[in-house]
Amino acid sequence: MALLTEADIEALGLTLRLATTVTVLLLVLGLPLAWWLAHTRSRWRRPIAAVVALPLVLPPTVLGFYLLMLLGPDGWVGRAFAALGLAALPFTFQGLVVASMLYSLPFVVQPLHNAFEAVGERPLEVAACLGASPLDRFFNVALPLALPGVITAAVLGFAHTVGEFGVVLMIGGNIPGQTRVLSMRIYDHVQAGEYHQANVLSLCLLVVSFAALLAMSLLRTRRQARD
Amino acid sequence: MTERPGESQLGLDAKLAWRRGALAFEVDLTLPPHGITALFGPSGAGKTSCLRAMAGLERDAVGRVSFGQTVWQDSAHRVFVPPHKRRIGYVFQEASLFTHHTVAGNLDFGYRRAGRPKHLDREGLIDRFGLRPLLERRVDGLSGGERQRVSMVRALLSDPALLMFDEPLSALDGPARIDLLECLESLHATLQVPMIYVSHNVDEVARLADHLVLMEAGHVVAQGSLQDTLTRLDLPPALGDAVGAVIEGDVVDYDAHDQLIELDFAGGRLWLPYRHERVGQRLRCRISARDVVLSTAPQTGTSALNQLPCRIVAAVDAGHSSQVLVQLDAGGCVLLARITRRSWHALGLPPGSNAWVQVKAVALGI
Repeated sequence: MALLTEADIEALGLTLRLATTVTVLLLVLGLPLAWWLAHTRSRWRRPIAAVVALPLVLPPTVLGFYLLMLLGPDGWVGRAFAALGLAALPFTFQGLVVASMLYSLPFVVQPLHNAFEAVGERPLEVAACLGASPLDRFFNVALPLALPGVITAAVLGFAHTVGEFGVVLMIGGNIPGQTRVLSMRIYDHVQAGEYHQANVLSLCLLVVSFAALLAMSLLRTRRQARD
Repeated sequence: MTERPGESQLGLDAKLAWRRGALAFEVDLTLPPHGITALFGPSGAGKTSCLRAMAGLERDAVGRVSFGQTVWQDSAHRVFVPPHKRRIGYVFQEASLFTHHTVAGNLDFGYRRAGRPKHLDREGLIDRFGLRPLLERRVDGLSGGERQRVSMVRALLSDPALLMFDEPLSALDGPARIDLLECLESLHATLQVPMIYVSHNVDEVARLADHLVLMEAGHVVAQGSLQDTLTRLDLPPALGDAVGAVIEGDVVDYDAHDQLIELDFAGGRLWLPYRHERVGQRLRCRISARDVVLSTAPQTGTSALNQLPCRIVAAVDAGHSSQVLVQLDAGGCVLLARITRRSWHALGLPPGSNAWVQVKAVALGI
């Protein structure tokens, strides 16, 4: 018996594509958001930080359910999409990306937020007095100094997206090549009594997660030894 | 420092107010466009806060700040030039080096952004501050003195129009402090731009500053030339031992046997402990009010090496009720003596009368 069936490999590829897309988009969105949270004195800071953290405590099925309502043909986002002549998001890869981004948001934003706070105001003040504009300070001072936090955020965001199940079930369904990710495939195998196949795929996830965390920890100790 | 004709006479002008918790700060400053101005006062007087406000780093400070012809801040007209457009060379109390750059990377951070201006002597500054062997080093391994030297050269290389040094020596001690103070003294002689130097150490101020701004409890209590300000009789008691004369003269003699040098200044000649001055060198020396002894006639059989004739100008009650502060004129130089009220009455010297001062040579070594 082959180690992985064609459908398994398809699910694996889809999962990696999803996790990569979500991680990249979350970093693009999360960097400015975390920067804002770390530096603003706005009274909206706390409510917005709470909203960002919400997926940490919310059951994935609850999140998935509300997203389904919102994005579905009767939800106002769904209706807006229909009015613009766009395809509905539920049960598509794009829908899965949107849902995963929301679900993994705190795992990316919180490490970034902590990293920016650890950098502090001083290096930015020094850079300003040396003639660096705000954008210059962000890219050439804050970002390099917060790099360990950026790597942590990327690894956590990626690993968390790879492992999600509840949200996928609610908003993605189980469409081969579209929304049938690794966790769904494992569930299918177990339902069908194919424990060996389930084991191989589960092991894949376990090894990837372990390797990611190990790499992160090694990277951090090497940096600390250098500092 | 003398003004050259035709040159702008405008320095930094600041009227600012801000709060830190229960403390209200309000400063009104006019700083000359040349030389080193010391912002001096006891800890907690608001010196650092004032410097940050003038640099534009304290966003809640309101008022007006202008430098030369440029308005940096005018809260009434919603004008605020951000710090990165003010061309300030700011040195923080802690060196605050960028840990993601080497020493050279730190030095070039501002230099590159200023467009590597030709008039800045990058290599010369690196040699003068002894940074040549450190250039490729990471900043984590540097000593406190090395870090602060990198921080200063980094600021100097950013092509500043105004330098702001916030107690750059306060985290250092021993030889590192003395080395850096000498670096700063040599910098003073060639400085092309004005500098504001925050310090609570009167010896640093006496050696470096041309002008003085005295701060206490968030307010400016006096400002003017270094010599005039430190010999005023109306300074707040909080300044304590800082009051006294700062004289400047030429080293005219070196006694190798006794390891003393002789300083010739307007009020006469003084013997000082030799450090490594050269004959012919210009030298500053602080004569603290508490180190001056007054007498009606020159003394014999005393260990005090220095005696100068002088005239009594005025006397006021000093901070402590047992003491008076006496202002003296020695050949046009103002000196101060802090003596007990009992001695003052025993001497019976009215203003205008002639007297003698004695100063121990060892009290004059910094």
